[in-house]
Amino acid sequence: MEQRAFEGEIEYIQVMDETGNVDQSLFPKDLDDQKILEMYKYMLFARANDAKTLSLQRQGRAVTYAPLLGEEATQIGSAYAMRKQDIFVPNFRQHGVFLMRGLPLEWMYLYWRGYEEQLPKDVNGEAIIVPVATQMPHAVGMAYAQTYKKKDAVVIVYVGDGGTSEGDFYEALNFAGVWKVPLVVIIENNQWAISLPRGKQSAAKTLAQKAFAAGIGGVQVDGNDVIAVYKATKDAIDKAKTGPTVVECVTYRLGMHTTADDPTKYRPDAEVEIWERRDPLARVKAYLVRKGLWNDQMEKETSEQQSKEIDDAVERAEQFKEDPRSIFTNVYSFVPQTLQDELDDAEKNNFWQEGGK
Amino acid sequence: MQANMVTAINNALELGMRSDENIVLLGEDIGKDGGVFRVTEGLLDKFGEQRVMDTPLAESGILGASVGMALAGLHPVPEIQFAGFMFLGFGQLVNHAARYRSRTRSSFPVPMVVRTPVSGGIRTLEHHSESPEAYYSHMGGLIVVEPSTPYDAKGLMLRAMKMNDPVVFLEPTKLYRLFKQDIPEDAYEVEIGKADITRKGEALTVISYGTMMPIVKDVVAKKGVDAEIIDLRTINPLDEKTILESAKKTGRVVIVHEASLSFGVGAEVAARIAEKAIFELDAPIVRVASPSLPYPFPGYEKYYLPNAMKISQAIDRVMEA
Ligand SMILES: Cc1ncc(C[n+]2csc(CCOP(=O)(O)OP(=O)(O)O)c2C)c(N)n1
Ligand SMILES: [Mg+2]
Repeated sequence: MEQRAFEGEIEYIQVMDETGNVDQSLFPKDLDDQKILEMYKYMLFARANDAKTLSLQRQGRAVTYAPLLGEEATQIGSAYAMRKQDIFVPNFRQHGVFLMRGLPLEWMYLYWRGYEEQLPKDVNGEAIIVPVATQMPHAVGMAYAQTYKKKDAVVIVYVGDGGTSEGDFYEALNFAGVWKVPLVVIIENNQWAISLPRGKQSAAKTLAQKAFAAGIGGVQVDGNDVIAVYKATKDAIDKAKTGPTVVECVTYRLGMHTTADDPTKYRPDAEVEIWERRDPLARVKAYLVRKGLWNDQMEKETSEQQSKEIDDAVERAEQFKEDPRSIFTNVYSFVPQTLQDELDDAEKNNFWQEGGK
Repeated sequence: MQANMVTAINNALELGMRSDENIVLLGEDIGKDGGVFRVTEGLLDKFGEQRVMDTPLAESGILGASVGMALAGLHPVPEIQFAGFMFLGFGQLVNHAARYRSRTRSSFPVPMVVRTPVSGGIRTLEHHSESPEAYYSHMGGLIVVEPSTPYDAKGLMLRAMKMNDPVVFLEPTKLYRLFKQDIPEDAYEVEIGKADITRKGEALTVISYGTMMPIVKDVVAKKGVDAEIIDLRTINPLDEKTILESAKKTGRVVIVHEASLSFGVGAEVAARIAEKAIFELDAPIVRVASPSLPYPFPGYEKYYLPNAMKISQAIDRVMEA
């Protein structure tokens, strides 16, 4: 006997094309032009922030930074679909998501200046995590806890195309499938993991299909189409009570991996140019302009106002004075005597006076 | 040739690969990009994709596949992009690389050299500054080396690639490009398990390795104290003989490392001296290390890393005792 043991297919969704034309049959019912306008402003804001942090880094006023340029639709579209109570778990490039979730700008500038400080609780977001994909199992555990505590919250976790190769990614999907937790996995597939192109990262045709192996559903969307990203995330959140979903957003890292990276070493300019023409902001702008909801003057005013907010935040962040003691007092719920002795020793003997020289 | 630590290791890898076709390199971004620190720059062009592999992003996969390659007759030299990410493959290292030989009473040795950048002082994000030498040494089964000069880096690497053992090769990022040295163009080896006395002295012994070596040398020179300076170079197995001889001679010992104080290499060195030479000491042994807490974010690292003042005070303390 021979029969088909498994069948599955991955749909690709695009709602708004590169020129700003919308496929009405796919247009989400709960979205309207005002909301699209709002998302657009956030995308502008995310891009402006990104440029600012990058320039601060170039002036030696920020540490190594991973820009989001080109990935605004993936981040803003998915974050816009979250409800206040939903919890998001980032990797390290999701500055746009933090922004939409209301993380004070100042916190971000502090972080990228080299200071991890307390995360405001009401952002409902977890810490920036640098080890790739290791946040994935956390997200599953958090989603389990939502069900256990009878909370109406969904956990949304972000991971890169590279991250989908890690054991933690597969382990997390498998747990999520078995436990049927309220989880949405956003694969921010920006085509590159530092110098490794998507094609060398996995032989699978889509990354979304990795969901099948865990017995859960997956979908692929145009990650430069903010409406498609919104729609897929919203649908996944709506049905999260019945189990997890993987949403692969196909986008593109227009900039360098981080400020320590030189992409000209490994990728052709011609490829970047193709993706520049698929800019996630340009199509939304074209749409809004055509509808008479936006013009260059409005864009100029919005940008000026956003710049001012950004500059104020940078200024506040730069006034921050660190307390060296805080690295000793936040290790445990208490300060062990031996650690207190090390702290006293440092203070008494002025080890800090040299400032690390 | 004039070489910094990056070019010295690059050169060693090239010479090793030329003399032994079983040597293959694998890791994240080591091929086309030449590694994020450029240590493997140019090797893809010279040896091709079969011997220099850009792998998917998976540390357990890289280390586990390396163990398999070693079992099947290759001599892999995997790179883990930063030591902080090696923990994702910790199980493969300590459960398998360290254990296969003893598990099979030497029928299956695991010849491989795991390269990874270690330690901090370079103002970067979390998990880019760890000093994990004690973890890997504690197990037994893994050889752990950490050069502090381009000369030693090349010689130790060439030696490591010839050993029939798993070697964890720790490369201090801070020292990668800190200075150049004139080193031989040809292949040469530096013995593994042998410390280097970088300065002869009578007044006290300062034992260190890795990122702290240049600072130690500097402090000793500035203070004008007649210290004997020992660069361990190999963490496991320790060169106990050199350590004890010096400790007995000077009677005063300071141990300096960047890794945090508690349960570290300094504790091991101090314990061995205490066990075997305590009656020949004139002062209690002093350790200088980072505080016993996780490596902080860059804004705080200057309060974390041992600095010249801390080392200088430690020297004063053993001299005054
Ligand atoms: C476990 C781990 N290994 C290696 C790294 C070094 N590293 C940082 S980002 C990155 C590539 C990540 O690619 P991807 O998951 O696609 O995310 P992207 O950077 O494209 O947003 C690598 C290899 C890391 N941070 N964590
Ligand atoms: Mg990527």
